[in-house]
Amino acid sequence: MEFLITPLKYEFVVNGMIVAMMIGILCGIIGIYVVLRGMSYIGHGLSHAAFGGAVIGYIFSINLYIAAGVWGLLSAFLINLIVREKKIKADAAIGIVTTASFALGIALISRIRRFTKNLEAILFGNILGVTTEDIIIIGIVTLLVIIIIFFLYKQLLFVTFDPESANVYGTRASLIDAIFSFILAASIIVSLQVIGVTLIAAAIIIPASTARLLTNNFNKMFFLSIAIGAITSVAGIYASFYLNAASGATIVLLGALIFSIVLIYNYIHRKIMLHEHAHSHLHGAIPHHHTHLDDAEHSHEHKEKV
Amino acid sequence: MIEIKNLTCNYGNNIVFNGINLSIKKGSLAGIVGPSGSGKTTLIKAILGVVRPIAGEVYVNGKIIKNNPPPDIGYIPQLETIEWNFPVTVEQVVMMGRYNKMGRLPWAGKEDRKKVQEALDRLGILEYTNHHINTLSGGEQQRVFLARALVSEPELLILDEPTSSVDLKTQHDILHFLLTLNKKGITIILITHDLNAVAAHLPWIICFNRGIIAEGMPEDVFNPEILKKTYNADVAVIRKGHLILMANATPFND
Repeated sequence: MEFLITPLKYEFVVNGMIVAMMIGILCGIIGIYVVLRGMSYIGHGLSHAAFGGAVIGYIFSINLYIAAGVWGLLSAFLINLIVREKKIKADAAIGIVTTASFALGIALISRIRRFTKNLEAILFGNILGVTTEDIIIIGIVTLLVIIIIFFLYKQLLFVTFDPESANVYGTRASLIDAIFSFILAASIIVSLQVIGVTLIAAAIIIPASTARLLTNNFNKMFFLSIAIGAITSVAGIYASFYLNAASGATIVLLGALIFSIVLIYNYIHRKIMLHEHAHSHLHGAIPHHHTHLDDAEHSHEHKEKV
Repeated sequence: MIEIKNLTCNYGNNIVFNGINLSIKKGSLAGIVGPSGSGKTTLIKAILGVVRPIAGEVYVNGKIIKNNPPPDIGYIPQLETIEWNFPVTVEQVVMMGRYNKMGRLPWAGKEDRKKVQEALDRLGILEYTNHHINTLSGGEQQRVFLARALVSEPELLILDEPTSSVDLKTQHDILHFLLTLNKKGITIILITHDLNAVAAHLPWIICFNRGIIAEGMPEDVFNPEILKKTYNADVAVIRKGHLILMANATPFND
């Protein structure tokens, strides 16, 4: 128990723990939709785009969240403009705009040579350096996201699974998409200073991907992703305390470790299933011999007569 | 039930069809047939309100369809458009058809669960309630989407190729089930490539190729002239009693 209590004697660790848990829950929720929509590159791109805004905000003494938010919106507008040209696809447009924005941030830093701890935190994260203001802002966004997801849970599921039918059955897919883009951008921007531009995409994707490996049921995946996000964040803070390693990186590494363990477990489980079913067996009175490559093949029918 | 007036739709810079007029009465069971790329799907999407026409109007039950889909509609998309690895169970997919009738809370009420169970039972897939959608056969997957449409309690049911990628028996079962629904008063429109199956099961056919080539009962529209105009290919039509059979009659040249 002493092992668990010792880090909590320090206020900055307790603050870090609270923020890490909120970010874990936030990334766990957002990640589900990002992973299932195949939008992983957007999390990566948005955080890089926001970095350019954060640096400009720093130079002109504008609030970081406002500067990064406005810059993120501008980037999204530019991406839309490029995609409208039809010759360039969305992934290429995102690659160009967001990397250019990130490069602008780096170029400005190198030019003004005032690379402070603040900007370093945005690049690599600094959970243990969070202020009360950060805790309040992250708390408000987390609460807001939970409320929005609670009331749009059904609609988001329908639009993510089958957007065209969702429209036909009365769910306005474009409105749901716009709301989701807004909460995704808000989540990334508030997480920037805590997790860092370079690590945020992984923090969003890993809990949801791990949950996906564990279940085929959306509701279960939803709660598993949140639980994995929150637990790895808190455990990551403990690990970073004892290992004296960067907290953001430790959280992401712990998440990746759990993902790898689940992946290996799934692989071994599938091998065992394959071995068990590779023998001759009976379906009713019908003798049968074959191998099953995955669980999906267990649904086949055996109607032939012996 | 459906009135289409001077409807023109485009796809990018290309006009898919121009100035179509069509009327489908309440209680109809109509099949739209035509070659790939002929605009069949665009036509039903215009009825569904998900494709915006560049000219003309679509009316469903007297109300003009613009951006919003008509109410009380059931839709079954092409199964090829579904992401089968998506983590949803059969029950979760069918429940989606009830979403617009449910309250704001994320969970389903007793009545919604009952409706879903009844639909699954009616379609013979109740035992798969908690199965992942990818573990079902093609015919069972088609029934899941039929069940989703049924729980929305539709007046109008639109199906995009419900008989593709299923075996003959399942094809027969699906079309018979649609006939049963139609007898209960549901208007049904479906797109299909299976000419022989629709000739045997459907009372009304619309031959379509960037416009309406012909419409009428199978025995009236399934003849070599109309089918040549529809498919730009020679189609042999064999009649034996009530049976109409069609096959590609274009000679094969090296």
